[in-house]
Amino acid sequence: MSVVNGPLLALDEIHVYYGNIAAVKGLSLIVWPGEIVSLIGSNGAGKSTTLRTISGLLRPRRGTATFNSTRLDRTPAEQIVRLGISHSPEGRRIFPRMSVAENLDLGAFIRKDRAAVEHDRQNVLELFPRLRERIDQKAGTLSGGEQQMLAVARALMARPKLLLLDEPSMGLAPVLVEVIFETIRTIREQGTTILLVEQNALAALGIADRAYVLESGSLKLEGAARDLVRDPEIARAYLGG
Amino acid sequence: MTTVDYARSGPRRLLSGRFAWPTGFLVVGVLVLLFYYLIVAGYASDATRQWSQTWLPLDTLNQALIWAMCALGLNIVVGYAGLLDLGYVAFWAIGSYVAGWLASTFFHQVNINILGNPAPFITGGIHFNYAVVFVAGAAICALFGIIIGAPTLRLRSDYLAIVTLGFGEIIPQIFHNGDDLGGFNLSNGNKGITPVDHIKGPQISQTYGLRWWQDLASGDTNNLSKFVILAVLLALIVFISLRLRVGRLGRAWLAIREDELAAGAMGVPLMRTKLAAYAVGALAGGIAGVGYSIEIGGVLPDAFDFSKSVTLLAMVVLGGMGNVWGVMIGAIFLGWFNQTGLGQIGQTINDAAGTHINFQNFTFGLFGIVLVLMMLFRREGLIPEARTRLVLREPERTAMESLGSDMEEQAPELDEIREVTRDDLPEQREPALEADTPRGGTQ
Repeated sequence: MSVVNGPLLALDEIHVYYGNIAAVKGLSLIVWPGEIVSLIGSNGAGKSTTLRTISGLLRPRRGTATFNSTRLDRTPAEQIVRLGISHSPEGRRIFPRMSVAENLDLGAFIRKDRAAVEHDRQNVLELFPRLRERIDQKAGTLSGGEQQMLAVARALMARPKLLLLDEPSMGLAPVLVEVIFETIRTIREQGTTILLVEQNALAALGIADRAYVLESGSLKLEGAARDLVRDPEIARAYLGG
Repeated sequence: MTTVDYARSGPRRLLSGRFAWPTGFLVVGVLVLLFYYLIVAGYASDATRQWSQTWLPLDTLNQALIWAMCALGLNIVVGYAGLLDLGYVAFWAIGSYVAGWLASTFFHQVNINILGNPAPFITGGIHFNYAVVFVAGAAICALFGIIIGAPTLRLRSDYLAIVTLGFGEIIPQIFHNGDDLGGFNLSNGNKGITPVDHIKGPQISQTYGLRWWQDLASGDTNNLSKFVILAVLLALIVFISLRLRVGRLGRAWLAIREDELAAGAMGVPLMRTKLAAYAVGALAGGIAGVGYSIEIGGVLPDAFDFSKSVTLLAMVVLGGMGNVWGVMIGAIFLGWFNQTGLGQIGQTINDAAGTHINFQNFTFGLFGIVLVLMMLFRREGLIPEARTRLVLREPERTAMESLGSDMEEQAPELDEIREVTRDDLPEQREPALEADTPRGGTQ
């Protein structure tokens, strides 16, 4: 069903506005199956806006977004999840008054294959053993790190082909950031393509294959992650060096 | 191990609980029925009869059941899906008028009688069987729920509340002024539609015992039969509320209530799910509206004002948003309190103290005080929904998370970092905080 050898996701010159303010100005990017692609840039660069556009929560004013040859910019958000794009939104956005288990259930909201859902539940609980310990606890009472794990786990429950992760390291201690990023790597090894938005550019470039650097809504640089890490300009602007 | 427990606990609890509440409901219903039967049939002592007539007339009880149905409908909209509706009385009004249209002589131009029960020697009008009227009332209200919801549910929280407030005013106004809509008399204006046909049902009385398919007008004998019908309808709405809550739709509502954006990202169809809440809520309101017309035997436009919407909301809040039993009990209590309780309590106080205070004038004042006290000391309601109890005590996080679309400003996990490594704070935090400002501006 997917185009052989074609990109999984392709954004072509998208422009996204909040009212009259352009948040993304003519961004193009491509994600190949099996990749971890990172979008880095400072706050306000349009990273989260880009992810929201892909998952259908926002509409581009111009340009096209294509996933497996389906036009995302014309597909309702709930259908986009069904196509295989799962979005772990910025700020975790877990459901605080629901238990961890109910949160995971909601991640699988679109799925009817109960046996497979149960299998995936076990799988994400393997990935995040902390969640298994807290399975009946209300998500709002989890610590920040656990909430982030839950947000990623919940997104995985939709069994996505493409996982959109928005700032999974936000507000976390470096130790936890490492745990989360290690898990992201594992998730990729299990066959999920990942588009990762990060402010923590160093960590992001550490696990990504390729990266796009955004600045005020436009593409500034793109390339293999290992090259970008060494780019002096990037180092000065985003890596604090 | 925990997960296995989780997977099992759902269905098992459901199974053992499946008969729990209907049994309880039935027992309470039958006890109430027996109590009033003894009174109606003359077996009770004069003192008991006197007491029930002053403190707990059947009439009041029946109306309290109607309030409860309506409050449960509103509970689906407000409590389950978290959509504040300040004009819920509109559905009650529509349901009432459906009864007026389909079971009275009002449309005398036509003469339709389908298993209906027109008063003797009367021709003309539309007379449907009351079962049909209930179904029609529910269906038309559900339809109106969708019609009203479709344009308004795109709005968020406060704006939705304001627009629903508008609809709650518009619909009764249409009925008020609907006696000449381009020459067509839709609602008979301020005069309303009276009488609405009596319904037929099993009559339980002193003289005749139990008789089937009698005219149920007013009077305690007939009110007893109406009580049975209303209690059954209430049970139906309770059933719908409880079933939907544990189902897929219920989960989708909860998700929207918790965090709309996240729910959308999970693939919950926002618009359709919210419309469903409106439709089901309106359906309950419609049933209550039809019940109300039948109970009071007519439709009067003055009955449908803003205070009804507010009272319904107070019932939901007082009982415990989202908790079916809390809302039901809260509504029955407030329904009784409004109609009889306050007056009687006032009377007792007046008699004891020798004063002449008209306590019923202070109804809304008391409501206000009670609601303020509730918000101060027991925000989650008298019988809170289990999941609300916990988190409502620390509202900052939830309130923040439902704000706007951007969460970066909050950076809520300061505590987490503090806990682990303080040394890493400067490098980790500073760029985040500074860079936040431009993003805030683009929202």
